[in-house]
Amino acid sequence: MEFDGERILDGINLYFNDHEFLTLLGPSGCGKTTTLRIIGGFLTPTSGRVLFDGECINDVPAYKRQINTVFQRYALFPHLDVYGNIAFGLKVAKLSKEEIHERVQDILAVVGLKGYEHRRIDSLSGGQQQRVAIARALVNRPKVLLLDEPLAALDLRLRKDMQNELKRIQQAMGITFIYVTHDQEEALSMSDTVVVMDKGRIQQIGKPEDIYNEPKNAFVADFIGESNILDGVMLADYKVKFFGRVFECVDKGFAPNEPVDVVIRPEDIDFVPAGEGHLVGTVTSVTFKGLNYDIIVDFRGFKWLIQTTDYHGEGETVGIRLNPEDIHIMHKSEYSGMFGDYSSYSAEYDELTEDVADEEE
Amino acid sequence: MKKNKSILLSAPYILWMLLFTLIPLGVMVFYAFTDPDTGAFTLGNLRDLGLFLPTLGTSVWYSLLSAIICLLLGYPVAYFIAHRGAVAQKILYMLIMLPMCMSFLLRTLAWVGLLETNGIINVVLGKLGLGTVEAIGTSGAVILGMVYNYLPYMILPLYAIIVKIDNRLIEAAEDLGCNGLQVFGRVILPLSVPGILSGITMVFVPAVSTFYISQKLGGAETMLIGDIIEKQFKTSNNPNLGAALSLLLMLMVLVCTGIMNRFGGEDEEGGVVV
Repeated sequence: MEFDGERILDGINLYFNDHEFLTLLGPSGCGKTTTLRIIGGFLTPTSGRVLFDGECINDVPAYKRQINTVFQRYALFPHLDVYGNIAFGLKVAKLSKEEIHERVQDILAVVGLKGYEHRRIDSLSGGQQQRVAIARALVNRPKVLLLDEPLAALDLRLRKDMQNELKRIQQAMGITFIYVTHDQEEALSMSDTVVVMDKGRIQQIGKPEDIYNEPKNAFVADFIGESNILDGVMLADYKVKFFGRVFECVDKGFAPNEPVDVVIRPEDIDFVPAGEGHLVGTVTSVTFKGLNYDIIVDFRGFKWLIQTTDYHGEGETVGIRLNPEDIHIMHKSEYSGMFGDYSSYSAEYDELTEDVADEEE
Repeated sequence: MKKNKSILLSAPYILWMLLFTLIPLGVMVFYAFTDPDTGAFTLGNLRDLGLFLPTLGTSVWYSLLSAIICLLLGYPVAYFIAHRGAVAQKILYMLIMLPMCMSFLLRTLAWVGLLETNGIINVVLGKLGLGTVEAIGTSGAVILGMVYNYLPYMILPLYAIIVKIDNRLIEAAEDLGCNGLQVFGRVILPLSVPGILSGITMVFVPAVSTFYISQKLGGAETMLIGDIIEKQFKTSNNPNLGAALSLLLMLMVLVCTGIMNRFGGEDEEGGVVV
């Protein structure tokens, strides 16, 4: 896919299974919305094909596809009330008045908006508008529902509720959901399959657990959760060397002495008294996060993030132990060296990734 | 203190309204209810209004027809402009505005030169051997003059509304199964209603009270209410009847715009079904 000669999507090869909840996850400008718009029929790819039940639908206009979309910021019709918005697709399809009424009532019950039929759109809260947008799409009983950052405009609490709601609706109605978000937590908690994208390319496809536990490269490791990413050398199967020390690990299949990226999740690291540790470092900062402390430890100038419920004060010398299953090895990639160093750590790191959804993708 | 300040700020406007709107209105009402000869209170002027109802009817009819023709001509133009790039939009907008920078009188007189019996159009037609048309002095010429003069007042509000329609709504309609025509009928047109109503008002109101266009382009049978009012003041020397006619015209315009706004407010159900 290209815009003005600039390549926006490259080599996107995706399979969507029936009744699956699939999420396209990535930072702003990664091409996830573009991918969605191609599936929805609002963009025609410059090359490549979109297949639906085995048939190429590149030239099928949006209005003929058995796909409906929940748009970013909903795009509800301001000149129609709740009922008019939800019934819109059914009226276009020229269903009988009775059937329209019945289906609208059913879907209103599903999204919990019974009694709101004749409310004006601008009198609804963000969460209610969101439900109308979902109802307006679902009432047409599409085979595939596309959702473009549908929860981005809602506050945290409402977002959590709606996540559960969406998952429940998806399972109850047995519709394939293709969901676009930049929120990794949302992606992990709702999806059957997560597709991590960056720079117009698919970085990794997999189940949420696999994406989290077995990231393919430094980008995925950093984007999904927090990661300490270190340079290492794979000496042999199950043996990796970093920080001048050989560690046992559970990975194999690398070339002898291959340079690799080593990922260590902050929550997998255990503190031990300084004398018993594999590595010994100095605590440089401690932030209370509610569930845990975020502790930054300096190991020979490389700063690690460690999440723990044990308190260690600033300036304290601590030791850590790494178990083989805590160490994950990745091949080197174009992202090596870009992520996973907490030297410029600030307490707001996780808020930074929650930037407002972008529109121009 | 705060209240005093706001009064002070609005004083120039209040003064302006008082001097040039309220007092003249009062004078007009006073004249409408006084006898031209004795200056005593009378309802005689109102009784005479009955004579001019047919003329008023003609005025309303011509103006409505002009407004509708302006809408039919103006909507596609406004739609076209609203869907150009930013630069093209500015240029086209300027082009629509341009005729409004020229004198209204001049523009109407130009049509006289075009339409009159030995005018440019007839000369050209004659040279081509197509005969001549007697356009000047007909109701068609009057309506043409109205449409020509007031068309920009239709296009501009329509453009302002259409350009603001969110493209996502159009995509949403396509997503829900609308083809191009259905998108227009179910989304774009209903959302243009405020522009249509203000366009019709902006054309209808000046057209219904015009006298110059009908004097220059029309004939004896295309006399409009504006002509009659003008005549009362200028030649018949009966400002009292003129005032009564003006009052009637004003009330009629108020009623018409009131009905139109009402119609706009009721459009919640929305949608011309295609």
